[in-house]
Amino acid sequence: MTRLTDYRLPSLSWRFIPVWRRNFLVWRKLAIPSILGNLADPAFYMLGLGYGLGSLLPHVAGVPYMTFLAAGTLCYSTMNSATFESLYSAFSRMHVQKTWDAMLNAPLELDDVMLGELAWATSKSVLSGLAILVIILALGLANSWLLLWTLPLLVLIGFCFTSLALVMNALSPNYDFFMYYFTLAITPMVLLCGVFYPVEQLPAFLQAVANWLPLTHAISLVRPLVQGEWPRHVLSHVAVLLAYGGAGFYLALVLVRRRLLK
Amino acid sequence: MPVLSASNLRKRYGSSEVVAGLDLALAPGECFGLLGPNGAGKTTTLRLLLGLTRPDGGTISLLGFPVPGNAREARLKVGVVPQVDSLDPDFTVTENLLVYGRYFGLSDHEVRARIPALLEFAELESKADAGIESLSGGMKRRLTLARALVNDPDVIFLDEPTTGLDPQARHMMWQRLRRLLGEGKTILLTTHFMEEAERLCDRLLIMDKGRAITTGAPRDLIAEHIEPHVVEIYSGEGRPDCAGLCQRQEQVGETLFCYAADPHALLAQLQQQCELRYLHRPSNLEDVFLKLTGRELRE
Repeated sequence: MTRLTDYRLPSLSWRFIPVWRRNFLVWRKLAIPSILGNLADPAFYMLGLGYGLGSLLPHVAGVPYMTFLAAGTLCYSTMNSATFESLYSAFSRMHVQKTWDAMLNAPLELDDVMLGELAWATSKSVLSGLAILVIILALGLANSWLLLWTLPLLVLIGFCFTSLALVMNALSPNYDFFMYYFTLAITPMVLLCGVFYPVEQLPAFLQAVANWLPLTHAISLVRPLVQGEWPRHVLSHVAVLLAYGGAGFYLALVLVRRRLLK
Repeated sequence: MPVLSASNLRKRYGSSEVVAGLDLALAPGECFGLLGPNGAGKTTTLRLLLGLTRPDGGTISLLGFPVPGNAREARLKVGVVPQVDSLDPDFTVTENLLVYGRYFGLSDHEVRARIPALLEFAELESKADAGIESLSGGMKRRLTLARALVNDPDVIFLDEPTTGLDPQARHMMWQRLRRLLGEGKTILLTTHFMEEAERLCDRLLIMDKGRAITTGAPRDLIAEHIEPHVVEIYSGEGRPDCAGLCQRQEQVGETLFCYAADPHALLAQLQQQCELRYLHRPSNLEDVFLKLTGRELRE
């Protein structure tokens, strides 16, 4: 049944903070393996592909392959972290552990819970991005202050992919459902959006597809900054990420209201 | 003024009306029981009263606030013990209370000050730093009750608070609920244990198919609907003839239930038939419940 109240705009309040803090307290208990995962996994990707492939293709798009790959990994890792947190972890809280139900029995609204989840998964993805920045600096891959501009971009990228994953969370009957999203959205983005090679290397129709995908726009902003240049078309890339994130969060909220407040 | 009132409450899912014009009112300090077979609409009614779902019709007032309009404000002074365990498995007992208190806007300092009394109430002092997995079913329920008290609520909602507990744990739970009533809290509970309702509730409402069938004090309901004595006769083949010796009789499987105002004549006759096994007992709420909602299984 369609109810108008499901479509009202998000009501944003500071009440999301206890929700964020709850998730933070859980994370703190597992912080060491979690940070290790943030660091080690992408570090091996960068080292393996960077040195392995890098020795075969010394320069890509005018920079050493390792530097090229670093910017892609920064975006990809942030996206991955946001996605995992908003799929598996949020689904556990919503559906399996009934954590959200407990919150809704307290004086929190579903909008507060969702905003808390959005803020939390965004925070966690920013942390993943920071881990990559540490690796980039440690390997001496960037030496411009422009790199600092990636910090607000990590927040934007985390927001964008958290929101999209929350849509899938709201629709999911079980954990297996998330495979659709990985197979049909995440994997194509990782392979088409310029993480490993420039999008321009693809045939025209695949480039057209890539241009519709948010990861392409994230990388278009981040890669020049890592290489010490100011990106082009900043506003349009930012607008695409904001649009995906904003529309995604609104849609996720509508869907989750229909699911839980029925 | 009632603590909680609802009038002509309605909720429909698809073609079935799960709550179909329900009225209820809770006076301050009373324990009110919502009884009904599975699928009667008890849990949906609780969700409606808490403002977690919108009614299709009717009005609700909780602690003076209109629900669902100002349900959030009302819930600041409400405690909820849900049917399904929703404790945080990643946290210790103390952390569960601390984190839940924050949802009410309480500072960590305020919650920490309340935790010792809550642990004492739940008899979980020795488990303060234990993980949730190490707790028994009864301990988890008591912790869920303690968690519902973290905001010092005026009204407590309990959805089947003792389902799945062993007798010791159940009695402990009842004792705790009586203590809360002694402190002046108002309690709304759903249950399908008639014994629980009879022991705890000042008043109750029996509902089925979303409608109230009857409401009143347990003693009054028994007096109103059932003869004071019940004789259960377990007969194999030879069905004893009790007609004329009781007001009403009912054959269920191999058991004959005889309801009587004065059972002496019936008992005298049964004593002569020494091959019969029978049980004489006072009538209870379960007799009322089964009479009003029928004996067919609800699954």
